[in-house]
Amino acid sequence: MNRVKRTLAPYLLVLPGGLWLLLFFVVPMATMLSLSLQEGDIVNGYVFTGHWQTYVEAISGYQTQLIRSLVYGAITSLILIVLSFPVAYWIAFYGGKKKTIYLFLILLPFFVSFVLRTISWRMILTDDGVLLHPLKEAGLLSAGFHILGTPVAVIGGLVYNFLPFMVLPIYVALERIDPRIVEAARDLYASPATAFRRVIFPLALPGVFAGVLMTFVPASSDYVNSELLGGTETTMIGQVVQSKFLTSSDYPSASALAFTLMAVLLIGVFAYARALGTEDVMKVAAR
Amino acid sequence: MTQTLVKPDKVRIRKAGGVRVMYVYTWVLIAWLVLPIAVMILFGFNDTTGRYNQTWQGFTLEHYRELFAVPDLTDALIASLIVAVVSSLVSGALGTGIGYALGRYRFRGAGATNLVMFAAISSPELVMGASLLTLFVSMGVGPGWMTLIIAHVMFSISFVATVVRARVITLDRSIEEAAADLGATAWTTFWKVTFPILLPAIFSGVMLAFALSIDDFVITNFTAGNVQTFPLWIWGSTRVGLPPQVNVMGTLIFAVGVLIAVVANLRSRPRKTQD
Repeated sequence: MNRVKRTLAPYLLVLPGGLWLLLFFVVPMATMLSLSLQEGDIVNGYVFTGHWQTYVEAISGYQTQLIRSLVYGAITSLILIVLSFPVAYWIAFYGGKKKTIYLFLILLPFFVSFVLRTISWRMILTDDGVLLHPLKEAGLLSAGFHILGTPVAVIGGLVYNFLPFMVLPIYVALERIDPRIVEAARDLYASPATAFRRVIFPLALPGVFAGVLMTFVPASSDYVNSELLGGTETTMIGQVVQSKFLTSSDYPSASALAFTLMAVLLIGVFAYARALGTEDVMKVAAR
Repeated sequence: MTQTLVKPDKVRIRKAGGVRVMYVYTWVLIAWLVLPIAVMILFGFNDTTGRYNQTWQGFTLEHYRELFAVPDLTDALIASLIVAVVSSLVSGALGTGIGYALGRYRFRGAGATNLVMFAAISSPELVMGASLLTLFVSMGVGPGWMTLIIAHVMFSISFVATVVRARVITLDRSIEEAAADLGATAWTTFWKVTFPILLPAIFSGVMLAFALSIDDFVITNFTAGNVQTFPLWIWGSTRVGLPPQVNVMGTLIFAVGVLIAVVANLRSRPRKTQD
């Protein structure tokens, strides 16, 4: 009796939460795929017809936004690697007893609502706001200069909002490095630069990869930054999906776009993992 | 070539000018991260008269006194709190079950559960929100409180489970064995020994779920229907101008969040040094 109970225990524990995830995470993906292949409208209902042309129309119609989103996401992740690495490095190796405090400071933006901190940037960057107004008064910028509505504002917002997601995984990877390995490299006459390039950086790569995963996916599917900080020239695919779902109720087309985005992101993530993975292995094997 | 003497227990990465640069750079980056927060807090004290709270007009405490002067905003904040409390408790219970099972037992389906959790954590919110909406649409369920809470529980479960599992894995089994040796039944051991040890982890999981819920915008936007939460209300009112009360509420949420995090960290510190 007791043994039966014990073998059943994990299933009973997983069941409620697992069912919840199955019903409201896995099943909806299938509904969305199905809806993307249906025809009809919100008043008369939808019928499954396997109408895959919706995909062709949606993708060709919003190709620009789709590609722009992926490009913005990629640029954001690249900038984030460059910005985050020195900070993560410094905290991991020189943070001393104050490591927790520094990490906490990096995480501070998370205590302010995502929408609210983006609006705060909008306030700072607005044409007659606290940043541009004094510069224009001083004659350092022409009166027509603006940041809002440009790709710089959108990508800047994305970089700002997702920075902690890049710093943390790189920090965790660096923190795990045994200092003696670096010491050994130095004892073997590696210059600090060589030790960094051949020892520290390869060991930090899993962290960089995790950071890219955690920033590229939300950045390229984001629509808050492009809506609040961008303009007509910076429309991202998230805005299209959002308005098709919530404003024009064009469900099949919206589902097709959302599903395409999901597929592209997943393929991108796996392709990158493979490329980075093999490279990583080869580096380790070569040393 | 001069080699500086370093104490053997210290990391021997040569201190160079680069370190100083990185130190300064770290603080510059932190300042950049804090800047919009500072602006948000500052403009909660702005004596603004017009519709747009964008230029500094002078210091006032009026918006703190008149915190609840915008009824819709107050309702939105209350809605956010209700959804966050309910969804963090439900996902706390469900996530703890999964986290405990994954940390303690080996069973068929553990791998699949892990995979689904990883997918739920790394999937774009846009897709999760949109797909939930398609589910509700095809089932003929109108979005509202129910769908909102369902959605929030859904995206919080995996985070709670991850936090709890991490604690279960590091649990010292000998304490439980000692309880059993002293004649405690499995049931008593669980509730008197295991559960109290896990409680801090469960608590931080619930707090994380609460924070995720109260901050969520994207999934909420797809599943809330006519319910206005705090972020949704702000989003909807951006074009017409935000009242300074938004800044004050943002400031208060920020202050409470930071306070809880600091207290939780200070409390967990002595325990950490014991490990």
